[in-house]
Amino acid sequence: MAAKKLNIKDKYRLLTRDLDWDFSYEDRSKAFPFEEFEGIKITDWSKWEDPFRLTMDTYWKYQAEKERKLYAIFDAFAQNNGQLNISDPRYVNALKIFLTGVSPLEYQAFQGFAHTGRQFGGVGARVACQMQAIDELRHVQTQVHAMSHYNKFFDGLQDWSHMHDRVWYLSVPKSFFNDARAAGPFEFMVAIGFSFEYVLTNLLFVPFMSGAAYNGDMATVTFGFSAQSDEARHMTLGLEVIKFLLEQHEDNVPIVQKWIDKWFWRGTRLLTIVSMMMDYMLPNKVMSWKEAWEVYFEEAGGALFKDLARYGIRMPKYAETIEKEKEHVSHQAWWTFYTHGHAAGFHTWIPSDEELDWLSEKYPDTFDKYYRPRWELAKEMEAKGERFYTKALPQLCTICQIPMLFTEMDDPTQISYRDSIYKGDRYHFCSDGCHDIFEDEPEKYVQSWLPVHQIFQGNCGGPDVEDVLRDYYQMNVGVDNMDMKGSPDEERWKKWKGVA
Amino acid sequence: MTIEIKTATLEPVRNTFANVERRFGDKPATRYQEATYDLQSETNFHYRPLWQPELELNDTRRTAIVMSDWYAFKDPRQFYYGTYVQQRAKMQEVAESNYSFFEKRDLARHIPEAIRAQVVRYLVPLRHLEHTANLNNMYGTAYGYGTAITQALVYNGMDRLGMAQYLSRIGLILDGNSGDALVEAKQQWLEADIWQGLRALCEETLVTEDWFEVMLAQNLVIDALTTDLVYNQFDQQLSEQGAQDIGMLIEFMQLWNKDAIRWMDAVLKTAVSESDANKALLAQWIEKWRGKAAEALAPLAEAMLGENALAAALEQLDKRVAKAGIK
Repeated sequence: MAAKKLNIKDKYRLLTRDLDWDFSYEDRSKAFPFEEFEGIKITDWSKWEDPFRLTMDTYWKYQAEKERKLYAIFDAFAQNNGQLNISDPRYVNALKIFLTGVSPLEYQAFQGFAHTGRQFGGVGARVACQMQAIDELRHVQTQVHAMSHYNKFFDGLQDWSHMHDRVWYLSVPKSFFNDARAAGPFEFMVAIGFSFEYVLTNLLFVPFMSGAAYNGDMATVTFGFSAQSDEARHMTLGLEVIKFLLEQHEDNVPIVQKWIDKWFWRGTRLLTIVSMMMDYMLPNKVMSWKEAWEVYFEEAGGALFKDLARYGIRMPKYAETIEKEKEHVSHQAWWTFYTHGHAAGFHTWIPSDEELDWLSEKYPDTFDKYYRPRWELAKEMEAKGERFYTKALPQLCTICQIPMLFTEMDDPTQISYRDSIYKGDRYHFCSDGCHDIFEDEPEKYVQSWLPVHQIFQGNCGGPDVEDVLRDYYQMNVGVDNMDMKGSPDEERWKKWKGVA
Repeated sequence: MTIEIKTATLEPVRNTFANVERRFGDKPATRYQEATYDLQSETNFHYRPLWQPELELNDTRRTAIVMSDWYAFKDPRQFYYGTYVQQRAKMQEVAESNYSFFEKRDLARHIPEAIRAQVVRYLVPLRHLEHTANLNNMYGTAYGYGTAITQALVYNGMDRLGMAQYLSRIGLILDGNSGDALVEAKQQWLEADIWQGLRALCEETLVTEDWFEVMLAQNLVIDALTTDLVYNQFDQQLSEQGAQDIGMLIEFMQLWNKDAIRWMDAVLKTAVSESDANKALLAQWIEKWRGKAAEALAPLAEAMLGENALAAALEQLDKRVAKAGIK
């Protein structure tokens, strides 16, 4: 008997989708208990369209091949001291942010997708989430391995997971993912699978990996290439989730829209750190933050939302504010880190004259008017031996946890403040976007572990900032922090390069 | 004679990450160590999960087992993602060549109808057990504590999906890709008396809350018994009946079990030696699930192999439990 030829869809149905069954002995809703409390209505899981149809044997085969190649490069990189080929030692500070701020998010994604990969009642959706879970574990582990060699030669990478749980600016990315994981499984998918992976990945992952490519970092860029096909799978999953939810029931539409509004805003706030990395931290620039935003969000995202309009989904709320922010956020963020450079786990610096000119050229409407004068002043002060560090700890936004550094977009000299009173306490926000998120779920956000509040409450050691940095953050004070100029990183680099 | 290539040597500032250094001292670390220890958040969680507000996002209280250090569950295979997928890729390469040989030579043709019926009746329905195991291992992945054990659980979970797919392929090989064997096997799973005990047991594990207990029930008790019954005793019976070719199609599962047993026994031993309280609890869980599983599997074992089969499988399980220091 000649075997019938099966197409991929039928084969996947038989091998995977058909594995589940209707329970007879237990209450099935006890096995999948979290599907209903968010108000999402799933009428028929069988309508789920698998975004990719990989069986495990193929997965092992492809992924092993990618891993073999990746680790061959890591080995070669270490053996040949590949760190000597980077453009400039300042570049490594972008890696410090990546390892302490982004890699732990991959880990949280691993956990979040394991949760949805266990909890969804539909086998197709579950398995897709499970594959993303194990992929995310891959990403954190390969990132750690890519950075392992840098850690041996540069400061500030050594205690990344300890830092992620404690350091003030790292609560921005940490709380973002905690927020998504603490939400119900469908909100998690809209937050991470769709908003983050599908809409915003090009503005997080791509800038870091392109930055690596432009700055001679072979280890990181090879990781980036290797993760590309995983990311493509994750993006198709994110899109399928949205379509599935919107097609299942019309009552899902307003819930999904609310989540898109929230997570788009949360996501753009998180990207602040990428904006300053692109504009200030990369010695060889890929493109300006503003250009990246225009290409990856305004053009690509605009087309996507046009597509989703047929489901009744509109552009995320406050998209017009964000459009104005692209002119400002990177400058406001780097200035904040520069002035708090004693409390950061990486080095900061004044842009070189060429870099200032580049910023003037890329931001003709704002840089010379609002930001260049600050750097000219900082230069003067530094020349006089008075490198400026602020003494104060910043006030944080209760939602995004970023210091209140953003200005009103119509008046870039006025810091933007919003507030709200809940059960007799006043909560502060950086924007209308963050304010609205709080208003919708105040009982969630009053729980925020705000690092500056925690320091003042004495929960992080102290009493001085330096005590907190040394004892609670476990930083090597005077080594990991402060200006790039005169840092041990810079000293070593000069020695390797034979520069006096 | 050796040749020596001159390279520039730079003195490193440190040998490894600080968390690994705190655990193992200031010396070069393995990739397993750097990719495993302390990856998971431990403190300062921002929000309680809406779906379980009495606990933190990561919380040791999702099991009654207590460990002073959850990273004590070192994987004897030292699997991190890279080593894991490369190991499985090697196994799947062998499996692929077995399956294609089987198909190319149309070995299914030589299998007598009675044996084909046995395979569809006893072996193929196990795809649903593997699917349960996939969920149970993902459960531990999601709610377990510490990367040492949660990464091993995700590998195990994906392996179980892989094996559910291999078992499904066996059905497709036997039915010429019509899917009839899978329908027949599923009907067995849903309706035949001999399967209802195991199906009820699977459903019960899926509503059990303590992740360590679920892991133990699935990966130790149920797996030990079904593995011995199916991949050892039933395989031998098929072989004696002249259907040894089926062995090519289940070699992956046999190899896999050896590998998984190494890990599971190490986990059990570590948990037992941590404290008497753990030991007592584990003993209680094992007794509970051993009783349930024995009862559930009895009709299947007897129909498939005869009356002494289950006792032999239970003996294998008891040996492993004793070796881990329980009883």
